[in-house]
Amino acid sequence: MPFIPHTEADIQAMLATIGAPDIDALFDEIPPALRCGELEKIPQGMSEMEVGRLMNARARQDGQPLCFIGAGAYDHHIPAAVWQLATRGEFYTSYTPYQAEASQGTLQLLYEFQSMMTALTVMDVSNTSLYDGASALAEAVLMAVRANRKSKSKRILLPRSLHPAYRRVVHAIVRNQGITLVELPFDMESGQTDSLVLEQYAGEDFAALVIPQCNFFGVLESVDELADWAHANRMLAIAVANPVALAVLQPPGEWGEQGADICCGEGQPLGAPLASGGPYFGFLTCTRKLVRQMPGRIIGRTVDLDGKTGYTLTLQAREQHIRRSKATSNICTNQGLMVTAATIHMSLLGAQGLERVAAACHANTSKLVKVLSALPGVGPVFKGAVFHERVLRLPLETKDALRSLAAHNVLGGFDLSADYPELGNAVLVCATEMRSDEDIEQYRSKLERVINARIQTPCQLKPDW
Amino acid sequence: MSDTPSELRYAKSHEWVKNEGDGTVTIGITDHAQELLGDLVFVDMPEVGDNVEAGSECAVVESVKAASDIYSPVSGEIIAVNEALDDAPETINDDAFGEGWIFKVKLSDAADLDGLLDAAGYDATVAEET
Amino acid sequence: MLIFEKSRTGRRATAQAPLQKADLEGLPQQFRRRQSASMPEVSEMQVVRHYTQLSQKNFSIDTHFYPLGSCTMKYNPRASNSLASLPGFLARHPLAPDTHSQGFMGCMYDLQEMLKEATGMSAVSLSPAAGAQGEFAGVAMIRAYHDARGDDARNEILVPDAAHGTNPASAVMCGYKVREIPTGADGDIDVEALKGVLGPQTAGIMLTNPSTVGVFERRIKEIAGLVHAAGGLLYYDGANLNAILGKVRPGDMGFDVIHINLHKTFSTPHGGGGPGAGPVGVSERLEPYLPVPMVAQDGEDYVWLTEDNRPESIGRLSAFAGNAGVLLRAYIYARLLGRDGMHRVAEFSTLNANYLLKRLTDAGFDAAYPQRRASHEFILTLKRQARELGVNTMDFAKRLLDFGVHAPTTYFPLLVPECLLIEPTETEAQDELDRFVDIMTTILQEAQNDPEKVKSAPHDLPVRRLDDVRAARDLDLAWRSKAKGER
Repeated sequence: MPFIPHTEADIQAMLATIGAPDIDALFDEIPPALRCGELEKIPQGMSEMEVGRLMNARARQDGQPLCFIGAGAYDHHIPAAVWQLATRGEFYTSYTPYQAEASQGTLQLLYEFQSMMTALTVMDVSNTSLYDGASALAEAVLMAVRANRKSKSKRILLPRSLHPAYRRVVHAIVRNQGITLVELPFDMESGQTDSLVLEQYAGEDFAALVIPQCNFFGVLESVDELADWAHANRMLAIAVANPVALAVLQPPGEWGEQGADICCGEGQPLGAPLASGGPYFGFLTCTRKLVRQMPGRIIGRTVDLDGKTGYTLTLQAREQHIRRSKATSNICTNQGLMVTAATIHMSLLGAQGLERVAAACHANTSKLVKVLSALPGVGPVFKGAVFHERVLRLPLETKDALRSLAAHNVLGGFDLSADYPELGNAVLVCATEMRSDEDIEQYRSKLERVINARIQTPCQLKPDW
Repeated sequence: MSDTPSELRYAKSHEWVKNEGDGTVTIGITDHAQELLGDLVFVDMPEVGDNVEAGSECAVVESVKAASDIYSPVSGEIIAVNEALDDAPETINDDAFGEGWIFKVKLSDAADLDGLLDAAGYDATVAEET
Repeated sequence: MLIFEKSRTGRRATAQAPLQKADLEGLPQQFRRRQSASMPEVSEMQVVRHYTQLSQKNFSIDTHFYPLGSCTMKYNPRASNSLASLPGFLARHPLAPDTHSQGFMGCMYDLQEMLKEATGMSAVSLSPAAGAQGEFAGVAMIRAYHDARGDDARNEILVPDAAHGTNPASAVMCGYKVREIPTGADGDIDVEALKGVLGPQTAGIMLTNPSTVGVFERRIKEIAGLVHAAGGLLYYDGANLNAILGKVRPGDMGFDVIHINLHKTFSTPHGGGGPGAGPVGVSERLEPYLPVPMVAQDGEDYVWLTEDNRPESIGRLSAFAGNAGVLLRAYIYARLLGRDGMHRVAEFSTLNANYLLKRLTDAGFDAAYPQRRASHEFILTLKRQARELGVNTMDFAKRLLDFGVHAPTTYFPLLVPECLLIEPTETEAQDELDRFVDIMTTILQEAQNDPEKVKSAPHDLPVRRLDDVRAARDLDLAWRSKAKGER
């Protein structure tokens, strides 16, 4: 009986205390007609050894290909200490810190996390996480609409250069509240949000402008201008940022004259493994003025009866367990363990370490782009400066190229043709600090073969796959 | 309860209304209400210039473990809010009927006042609740 | 002391970042950060020591009995963590092609199938990242269903007054008004009151069964019939699924849509407040609206179902596939338990709860619903003690901490005064339950003889009771370097 400690004698003694003849009698309030059968479609239980065999086989099945995909999830080095500490039972198996006196470890850590995120983004306040970057943006949009008491506009400007999955998630989450998302096209040459198009919306009533830095193409946006434009047109500026990039990029709190009002993004690059897309965590920081519009848990520093420093959940009156239908959000459980890992990760790297990681990613991607662009028909699509991802044009269908590369165990990037057909045969590539020169050469040589095989006249030699 | 000021008018939802005699009223929450809520930590006030309807939610008072809507007992335009509450919400705990006022409304219909309770009527409502 | 206060300029964990500092030549100056972020500058050992010491200030399932009602704090098998952390699983990029994803997708497909069978629903999507997101997805599907039929005048979701706060909050996020249904004196929903509010405006009702007051809603079939007759749908909040796993299925009770808290019933870790996972299951008529992505089988292969092949879906709730690692842990747990193990979850969690209830009432505590059978949890009310001894529920909760027991859930549900919601779970042994009864008895005696001791508890923890009012009035939400001051 997995994880059930009862002996037969225990069971009998307990039933005797209760005064029930058998365990089944404890279910006597459930109408008999409702009782279910054997659950035949669920397999019999297994020992840990057997489950281990199964899971090892499944994990091996997926191989560990050489990965040049970014597109919202980035392969970074995670110090060994991060998950050894985060999976200590005291962090791993505790609950939301409602009982502050019995949760000072988690609470102090979360306060440190808030401090690190506000430092990185140069915003006033941070919550302790949302589900992921995309849902954090949805919550940021809802915040902006709530905060806009003057005009009560429910329209949001959102660039088409924002991650397509983020656009879908925001739409799915806010649509039932009557919020409209207006998409801004990008400039085909630079890859930046088109400022001429933006000007067409000047003077119109929007609650916020979403500004990704960098955008989905890896391209850096003119954030000062965008933030100032938003404020000049009486809307909030919502930044969507990559936290590792923030180590070297101008922080949202310093964008333009006033800084962004809300900053959110995907926390995964701070210590979360790729792991099929989750669990990651969304971060959300904002100006002091907006703190009461913030969703999710917030930790405050205070004192105990003896005047000793302690940490506690605060501003709880915003939350669903108190405010019910008038809460800022329905969120309760967030991504606490991921934040635990991220806090340890940021402590180990510090600002200097994160800058080195960011610089290495930037340099590696530049190298990758340079090397691949030497191949016939391959080259950057946009002229704009990038952080650690770039869109490359290919001389054959992206889908075919990626499939052939995958057969060589190289994941060559994210295929943009479905989301951005206007870009033609385009692929979004990324080389983090984890990719070595050999890895990059491997990609180049495999892509060269693929191109030669597909584009040039049939080769005399038979390819070796 | 004998402390309920007789010169004010009251709503069942625990707001008090002071007729300033010039077509405007001052509104706050009663001492009984602040006692139920406990230490207040924040008051979310309406914006000056907003129009409110009698019975509509227009502000929120927050304690650590509760948040309570304040309903405007009258219709009209918000002409002032008590900005001192931003830094010192506890003023309501200390002086609910005086310094702890929350907002002022320019009445659109003075007849709204007629439907409100007097001190004795409000005390009776409170007695019923407890 | 904060990690920031252990910082010294120039110190680093040098092994953890690239040894060479690459240059940023391609990054124009206008985009760059001018001043480094104010982050801790500490050594690796300082970090390890700091966070190890912080962890020791926490209560957790691994270290303490944790009878937190409605949260199902049962043993989290270590195997779930280590097997979900196999390198092949951790390295898989969420956008990896299907050719390099069959192992992971196979696990997800199997989990969908097992959850269908365990809940009696006809299809499952695993993507919601937590219970609340599952609720959102569920209510959004109810709305999509009505909208698709042109039945769009329905604007009201019903919830019991005892419901968890997420229920009304989720309904509002989907654009609905919320109307509360009273709970009767026996803990069941007031069916007469329900009849009075059902109508053409009813989009659906959200219920937890067993309910948040810890008893089985006996007239559930009748309720389902009434709601369906009014054209509404039934939403099942899976918060208390642990109580009935393998005994009765939400699908058989008449529910149209459910969410499952895998971090409760399928024993994935709570992690200090997440990550959780809140898969949703639906009856046949709601299948087209399930959130994407999902996994399907195509011959021998597993394939993703996305927006492209599910046009009526309510859409995508996270950028990728939800909390995949949590889903893997739940899958591993489900395989360890298997069919028989699942039946025993309900049996032993119910046995433990009823045993504890009996022993505590024998020890002088009052059950909130004495005439009812406990489900996997039950409510005590300390109203009498609060009145007679001046010692309230919060005081009991804080004093329990001194004895090394995490407090049960306090003051929820709101309709029972001075309540403690206690959920022992199936993984606790009788000896541990007996110890808890002894401690509660001791505290009751203290409350009679030395109430101050209880009212001023805890005494033996890292901090005493905290000033919550100060925390909320004088917001201190982030550390600022004294040297640099406010930015």
